[in-house]
Amino acid sequence: MSTTIDIARNTLLAPANLQENHIDQVMEQLLAARIDAADIYFQSSRLESWVLEDGIIKEGSYNIEQGVGVRAMSGEKTGFAYTDEIELPSLLEAGRTARAIARSGSQRGVRIQGVARKHDYYQPINPLTTLTESEKVALLQRLDAEARRQDPRVTQVIASLVAAHDVVLVARSDGHLSGDVRPLVRCNVHVIVEQDGRREQGSSGGGAREGFHFFIDQERALGYAREAVRQALVNLEAVAAPAGTMPVVLGPGWPGILLHEAIGHGLEGDFNRKGTSAFSGRIGQRVATRHCTVVDDGTLPNRRGSLSIDDEGTPGQNTVLIEKGILQGYMHDRLNARLMGMESTGNGRRESYAHLPMPRMTNTYMLPGEEDPAEIIASVKRGLYAVNFGGGQVDITSGKFVFSASEAYLIENGRITAPVKGATLIGNGPDVLTKVSMVGNDLELDSGVGTCGKEGQSVPVGVGQPTLKVDELTVGGTN
Amino acid sequence: MNDLNERQAQLQQMVEDMLREAERQGASGAEAGVNFDIGLSASIRLGVVETIEHTRDQGMGVTVYFGQSKGSASTSDFKPEAIRDTVRAACDIARFTSADPCNGLADAELMAREQPDLDLYHPWNIDVDQAIAIGIECEAAARDLDPRITNSEGATLNSHRGIQVYGNSHGFIGGYPSSSHSISCAVVGQQGDSMQRDYWYTSARSPEDLESAQTVGRCAGERTLARLGARQIKTCEAAVIFQAEMAVSLLRSLTGAIRGSALYRRSSFLLDQLGQQIFPACVHIHENPLLPRGLASAPFDAEGVATAPKDLVRDGVLCSYVLGSYSARKLKMQSTGNAGGVRNLTIDPGELDLAGLLKEMGSGLLVTELMGSGLNMVTGDYSRGAAGFWVEHGEIQYPVEEITIAGNMRDMFAGVQAVATDVEQRGSIRTGSWLLRPMMIAGS
Repeated sequence: MSTTIDIARNTLLAPANLQENHIDQVMEQLLAARIDAADIYFQSSRLESWVLEDGIIKEGSYNIEQGVGVRAMSGEKTGFAYTDEIELPSLLEAGRTARAIARSGSQRGVRIQGVARKHDYYQPINPLTTLTESEKVALLQRLDAEARRQDPRVTQVIASLVAAHDVVLVARSDGHLSGDVRPLVRCNVHVIVEQDGRREQGSSGGGAREGFHFFIDQERALGYAREAVRQALVNLEAVAAPAGTMPVVLGPGWPGILLHEAIGHGLEGDFNRKGTSAFSGRIGQRVATRHCTVVDDGTLPNRRGSLSIDDEGTPGQNTVLIEKGILQGYMHDRLNARLMGMESTGNGRRESYAHLPMPRMTNTYMLPGEEDPAEIIASVKRGLYAVNFGGGQVDITSGKFVFSASEAYLIENGRITAPVKGATLIGNGPDVLTKVSMVGNDLELDSGVGTCGKEGQSVPVGVGQPTLKVDELTVGGTN
Repeated sequence: MNDLNERQAQLQQMVEDMLREAERQGASGAEAGVNFDIGLSASIRLGVVETIEHTRDQGMGVTVYFGQSKGSASTSDFKPEAIRDTVRAACDIARFTSADPCNGLADAELMAREQPDLDLYHPWNIDVDQAIAIGIECEAAARDLDPRITNSEGATLNSHRGIQVYGNSHGFIGGYPSSSHSISCAVVGQQGDSMQRDYWYTSARSPEDLESAQTVGRCAGERTLARLGARQIKTCEAAVIFQAEMAVSLLRSLTGAIRGSALYRRSSFLLDQLGQQIFPACVHIHENPLLPRGLASAPFDAEGVATAPKDLVRDGVLCSYVLGSYSARKLKMQSTGNAGGVRNLTIDPGELDLAGLLKEMGSGLLVTELMGSGLNMVTGDYSRGAAGFWVEHGEIQYPVEEITIAGNMRDMFAGVQAVATDVEQRGSIRTGSWLLRPMMIAGS
């Protein structure tokens, strides 16, 4: 396991002639103030993106970002500063700024040491170089051709390929030093279709902590092109969505955004420490039917939301949030875990060195139940079957959450009938899972497209679920 | 930033160096931008400091053209060799992108010849202790309002100042410093078992234009209290008022639908509507990028094109798209100086204040919060989560939540009955509250 940390050292410290004893020096300077904990986060990121539109490779860009964030914590107080210059004088200056949060204390010594870990959940590769530029361009052109080949009504195809190579090194005041190399690729196909003056759109994509071959294996990317067209054509036929409260069957996979919005955010440690979440103080209580077991799992191999270590050096974990309907625990970073007298669950994440860590989800999903998905649909007299979604949002405090269906159908007398236009679904987080009466045996994870926003910071996440039925949910149609 | 002039000269030099380097590496044209921003953020919660953040962001980006192929690259690294490496990365990309006849710099004759001083730079010489004191005063004003305010997400003061410089191989180079400051507060109220949270903020180029910390705190507290006891209403069709803050999102949807990229992709619900009546005749919407101290003001757009005030909607008729040079060429039109977006959009207010607008509506829904995305840009179909107040006889009756409102954006635009005088001033879009014809509301 030394390879990953060596790559991180070579990428981040060597170019500036920095050694571990220099980090000790910055840490000792931080600890000269009365602080409980401190960390130094080195990061180097390379991001590349290619966009095809109108059948040609229209745009390409390459972005380099690197820097160091220095954080000092004293009780509930945090001082934070960062620099784009990975050099000792800049580090010392950032450290002096961050520690100003606390009064001076007595001098303490620190000796940073690399920490080995048991598991890596993805390979420490640079995904940008896993295909040549010509191959990337050719892949996008195949996606364009594949989408247009599906149907003459396709008028526009926008396809994109994005790869990020993120190398991080985390040093903590308890002497812990660990590194991670995080590859991330993403492919997306967006199409517009037109028929008799009516236009619609469809979108599909995927991604993983792998190289670009992920998209070529099993013709995954071509599948995105076909799926985008299929969705757009379904929407061309869509009728007005119903309005009101009714049974809703959610398809497997990406509709797991339900769990992310309805309960995931509300179980993040910061809101619960502060008592501002609708779930605050409810551990051990029933928040779902006995069919529901929900986990946040950063250990799934190569998944978009997985983390070998989080941004505070804690190994990725599989944390049970709800077991058979009973709330088991929250997701923690180190700050909130310390203040609540608990352990970090490996959920301390940050968008970059220029942002502060906070508790964030990784891959959040519900374990499979026993029902046949067909029987779940057959059990509904009149309701909605929603299989694809756009984004969602939640008000942590009131518990109200929304998620917007982009592909949905009416269920009439136990059968799927007409496709309906996109509609927003709204519910109450703390009780929506108490209305889940059936859970399917068909657990799926999403294709690797999720990005979660919180307090202005974006991080990649995953969701998943089996087909499930919510007995009552408010559907925001027009009919 | 005492060394402001020096810093601006330095950034200008970097842009010139990048353009020269692009030429040296064989580019037929190039454009480059550099920005630098420093800031202080102080957050208070329950009367004590929660976080003090010192921010310092910098970046430079370059786009190179080889004939009609282009490539872009950017970096946060300001070391001298970074210029060469970044330009090289952009050139490497350009080798693999396709020639596109619409690519290129904006036309030379459109470049801003003058760069008026828009009064955008008012740094706040505030130290950490002063920032903390303001945050404490702000949060206390909210918490002291009522015993039902039981918890807090805190108050935050943000102060930023920076410089941006843009140049291109037409010989255009321009730059200016700017500042922005804000104070915000969010508190939690409790009634029985249920909690509600709401917030308020103030934002301005100059600290002297900010609302007082006390006002911000008091508003946050009052807004939270007003939501306590919220309930769902029955599914119904009813008239809707979008309170000014929320009406901003409707104008944002308008500009999203008339921007060049949505139009040439034929992915807009306002396709081919130039010269058409899309609002009632009482609606006038205009853009003023040169507004002194405006939060979105700029003397030139993201391509160096001179900005100027213009009408977007006059007497309800759409009279301009918002275009940069690329989409303008795709549409065989001319850039409207909107590369980088729309700057200070204003809809003329009518004669009624919000209370008057409520009377005009009689009964219906006052929307004060929207959740989720919920707009299909291609069709205009609209469905979003909402919270607000139920209104009868022109008076607020009780708070409502867990509902959705749905319709089609074209019908919503055509159904604007009146715009109130309670103009939202805190962003790039300025509007009062809108009264719309009935929409479908889904609830219990």
